[in-house]
Amino acid sequence: MRDALGAVQSVLVLGGTSEIGLAIAERLAGRRAATVVLAGRDPESLRASAEELRAAGAGRVEVIDFDAQDPARHRDTLTEAARVAGGDLDVVVVAFGLLGDQTVDESGGDGAVRVATTNYVGAVSAGLAAADHLRRQGHGAIVALSSVAGERVRRANFIYGSSKAGMDGFFQGLGDSLVGSGVSVLIVRPGFVRTRMTEGMSAAPFATTAAAVAEATVRGLRAGREVVWVPGLLRVVFAVFRHLPRPVWRRIPS
Amino acid sequence: MPEPRTLTGWGRTSPTAARVADAPATGDAAAAVEAFVAAAGERGVLARGLGRSYGDAAQNSGGDVLDMTTLDRIVDIDLQRHEAVVEAGVDLDRIMRAVVPLGLWPMVTPGTRYVTVGGAIGSDVHGKNHHRDGTFGAHVRSIEMVTPALGRLVLTPESHPDEFWATTGGMGLTGIVHRATIELMPIETSAIRVDGWRTDDLDQTMSLMAERDHEYRYSVAWIDCLARGASLGRSIVEFGEHARRDELPPGKRSASRALRFNPRDHMPAPPWVPSGLLNRFTVAAFNELWYRKARRRREGHLVAAPAYFHPLDMVDGWNRIYGARGFLQYQFVLPDGEEAVLRRIIEELVEQRAASFLAVLKRFGPSNPGPLSFPSPGWTLALDLPVSFGSLADLLDRTDEQVVEAGGRIYLAKDSRLRPDLLEAMYPQLGRWREVRDRMDPQHVMSSDLMRRLPALSGPLAGAGASTPRRRGTP
Ligand SMILES: Cc1cc2nc3c(=O)[nH]c(=O)nc-3n(C[C@H](O)[C@H](O)[C@H](O)COP(=O)(O)OP(=O)(O)OC[C@H]3O[C@@H](n4cnc5c(N)ncnc54)[C@H](O)[C@@H]3O)c2cc1C
Ligand SMILES: NC(=O)c1ccc[n+]([C@@H]2O[C@H](COP(=O)([O-])OP(=O)(O)OC[C@H]3O[C@@H](n4cnc5c(N)ncnc54)[C@H](OP(=O)(O)O)[C@@H]3O)[C@@H](O)[C@H]2O)c1
Repeated sequence: MRDALGAVQSVLVLGGTSEIGLAIAERLAGRRAATVVLAGRDPESLRASAEELRAAGAGRVEVIDFDAQDPARHRDTLTEAARVAGGDLDVVVVAFGLLGDQTVDESGGDGAVRVATTNYVGAVSAGLAAADHLRRQGHGAIVALSSVAGERVRRANFIYGSSKAGMDGFFQGLGDSLVGSGVSVLIVRPGFVRTRMTEGMSAAPFATTAAAVAEATVRGLRAGREVVWVPGLLRVVFAVFRHLPRPVWRRIPS
Repeated sequence: MPEPRTLTGWGRTSPTAARVADAPATGDAAAAVEAFVAAAGERGVLARGLGRSYGDAAQNSGGDVLDMTTLDRIVDIDLQRHEAVVEAGVDLDRIMRAVVPLGLWPMVTPGTRYVTVGGAIGSDVHGKNHHRDGTFGAHVRSIEMVTPALGRLVLTPESHPDEFWATTGGMGLTGIVHRATIELMPIETSAIRVDGWRTDDLDQTMSLMAERDHEYRYSVAWIDCLARGASLGRSIVEFGEHARRDELPPGKRSASRALRFNPRDHMPAPPWVPSGLLNRFTVAAFNELWYRKARRRREGHLVAAPAYFHPLDMVDGWNRIYGARGFLQYQFVLPDGEEAVLRRIIEELVEQRAASFLAVLKRFGPSNPGPLSFPSPGWTLALDLPVSFGSLADLLDRTDEQVVEAGGRIYLAKDSRLRPDLLEAMYPQLGRWREVRDRMDPQHVMSSDLMRRLPALSGPLAGAGASTPRRRGTP
C-alpha cells in the first residue's frame, strides 16, 4: 500500500537492470526499506543490480525472469512478481527499452524489428498485464519510461523514436482507461540521460542523469501527475518543436 | 455484484477501488451481513461507516466493502436505563436529534456528529470528556456482530471481554457490527456552559488544563499554530458542562425550549476559503476571546451543543479546501512527564509551518482494556497538515520516533502514513489483540488498506525490534 505521503511497500521493475529503472526503485524503496522485484533477462546482471539496491537501502530485493519479447509470459511475470513480493505491487516501472543502431538497422537485418517489438509490442503486452493485475488489487501506479524522442520523431533515430511514440500513446490511453480503478499511470519523458544506453554518444542539450529522472518520477507520483518531463524545461522546448514545419524540423541537428 | 468504485478517507489522500454494497435497510440485517461475509473473495471484506476516519481505515482495495449507513434504525430508547439500541449505521446526528428532546445525550461524541455507531466502536472514539468518562466503547453495553469464524455474536464486556475489547478500537478487523446498545447521559438542556480562557504560551496552557480539568466534564485547548517563539502554544482553553435548566435565561427554561436541538448545518465550503480562516470562523471560542483581546477569560457563557462540540460540521465538505492532494491529521498521545517532548514536537511542526491554523490539545484519563484503543493517560495533540508541505514525510517519520521513545502512540483512525515498524512498539498489546482477532477471523477475511499498509496488524513483523527505538522506562 502506498501511504498518504508517497511511501511504498513494493516496487516491480520490468527491465530490472535499467539504470533509470534502478534509480527510481532506489528512490522509492530507500526511505522505508521497501521490497523490490527486478525482472529481466540476464540473471547475472540482475543479481549485481539487486546487490546495488540492497546497499542503497532497499529492503528485500528479489529477481525474476522476464523477456519483453516474450509477451505470452507477461501475465505470469506479474503473478510471479506479486508472489515473491509477498503481497501487493505498489508501483510497476516499465523500464526496458532498446535504442538500437539507427544507421545499421535502417539498412536491413532484424535490428529494427527488435527495437519495435521490445519498445512497443513488449510495452503494450507488459502494460496490459500490469494494468490488469493492479486493477484487481484496486490500487497501484504504473510508471512508463517513454522519451522525448517519441514526442516528435526525428530523422536521426526514427526507428527508436516511433517505437517510443507508440508506447507513449499506448500509456496515455491506458491511463485514461484506468480512471476510477484506483490505478494510475505516470508517463516519464526524459531527454538525453547519461546511462549505459547512451554510452559513447555525445550528450544532447539538456542532458540529465538517472538520479534526476528518478527524483522527478517520485515527485510526479506523489503529486498524482500524469506526465513528467526531465528536465522540466523540455516540455516547453517540445511544445515549440512539435509545431515546426517538417522542412525546418528535418534540418535541426541531432 | 457492484462495479468497483474509488473510496478515500476524510483526508482524501489515497484513493483505492473496491466493490461497495449497501447493507440492506429492511429484513434480517444479521443474516444479510452474514451472507456478505460468507461471500468474501480473495481480498476480503470490510464495514464502512461515514468515512470520517482520515486515512485508509475504511477502505479495502480490490475487495468488498459494506456501506453500513443504510442500516440506520434507532430500535429502542430506554428512558429508565438511559440507553439506546441502534443499528450500526446510525450516526450520532440522528441519535442526538432523537434523544436530546428526551433529555439524553450520548456519553461520548467526537468532534463531528457525522460518525456512525459502528465507526465510533471501530475506532473507539473519544471526546472532550475523556479525562472523566473514557471512550465511546466504555459506554457500549452490548455489540451484536458477525465474525468470519465465530459467526454471530452478542458481546458484552462481561460475557465476552476479549472479543468485546478487541472489537472496540479494532478498526473493523474483527468482524461487522450491525447493532449496539449504547449508554446515554441525562441532561437538562441542550446548552453547554463554557468557561473560556486565553493563555499566552504553552506552559500556561498546560498548567491551566492540568490544574482545572477535574473540575469540568469537558475540556480542550485550541492552540494557535501561527504563534511562534515566546508565544508558542498560546491557546484558547475551553472548559464546559451541560447547562442546568436554571442556568438558562428565564424566558428559555420551558422543557421544549431547553432541550431544543435542531442544528442547521450544510453551509457549503466556498472553495477559496483558506483553511485557517475556516477554523477561525467555525470555532466560536476564537471569536469570543481572540478578537476581543481585552478579555482574558469569560465564564458561564452559554453555547449551543453543536457549536461547542461540532463546530466544523457547520461547513459542508470542508475537507475539500485542502485541494486535490488532500491533507492528513497527525494525532498522538504522550504520557504525563513527557511535556518536554510534546513541546519539542509542537515546536517542530509549528516553526516549520507544516501545521495549519489550529491544533487541538487535550488531556486523556485512564485507558480501557481495549488492546488497540488509542487513549492512554497524558496529553493528546491533533493537528491538520496539508500534504503539499515538502518535507512532511521525513518530518513525521522523525516525530513518530520521538512519540515512541516517549512511550506514546498515534491514533489509527487519523493515520495515513505511520512508520510501519513502529506500530508494535506504540501498542504493546498488539500481540494480544492479534491472538483474539485470530480466533474471530483466523483467515483474515476482514481486511483493510490500513491493515495492508501496517502489516503488524496481520502478524508480527519479521525481524521486528531490531531497529525500533526503545520506549523510555521499559527495560
Ligand atoms: C471533523 C472530524 C473530527 C473528529 N474528531 C474526533 C474526535 O474528537 N475524537 C475521535 O476519537 N475521533 C474523531 N474523529 C475521527 C472519527 O470519529 C473516527 O474516524 C470514526 O471512526 C469515524 O466514524 P465513521 O462512521 O465515519 O467510520 P469510518 O471512517 O467509515 O470507519 C472507521 C473504522 O470503523 C470500522 N467500522 C465502521 N463501521 C463498522 C461496523 N459497523 N462494524 C465494524 N467496524 C466498522 C471501519 O472498518 C474503519 O476501520 C474526527 C473526524 C473528523 C472528520
Ligand atoms: N538513456 C536515455 O537517454 C533515455 C532517454 C529517454 C528514455 N529512455 C528510456 O528509459 C528506459 C531505461 O533506459 P536506461 O537509460 O536505463 O537504459 P539501460 O540501462 O540500457 O536499460 C535498458 C534496459 O532494458 C532492458 N531490456 C532490453 N531489452 C529487453 C528485453 N527484451 N527484455 C527485458 N529487458 C530488456 C535491458 O536489459 P539487459 O540488461 O537484459 O539488456 C536494460 O536493463 C528505456 O525504456 C529507455 O528507452 C532512456
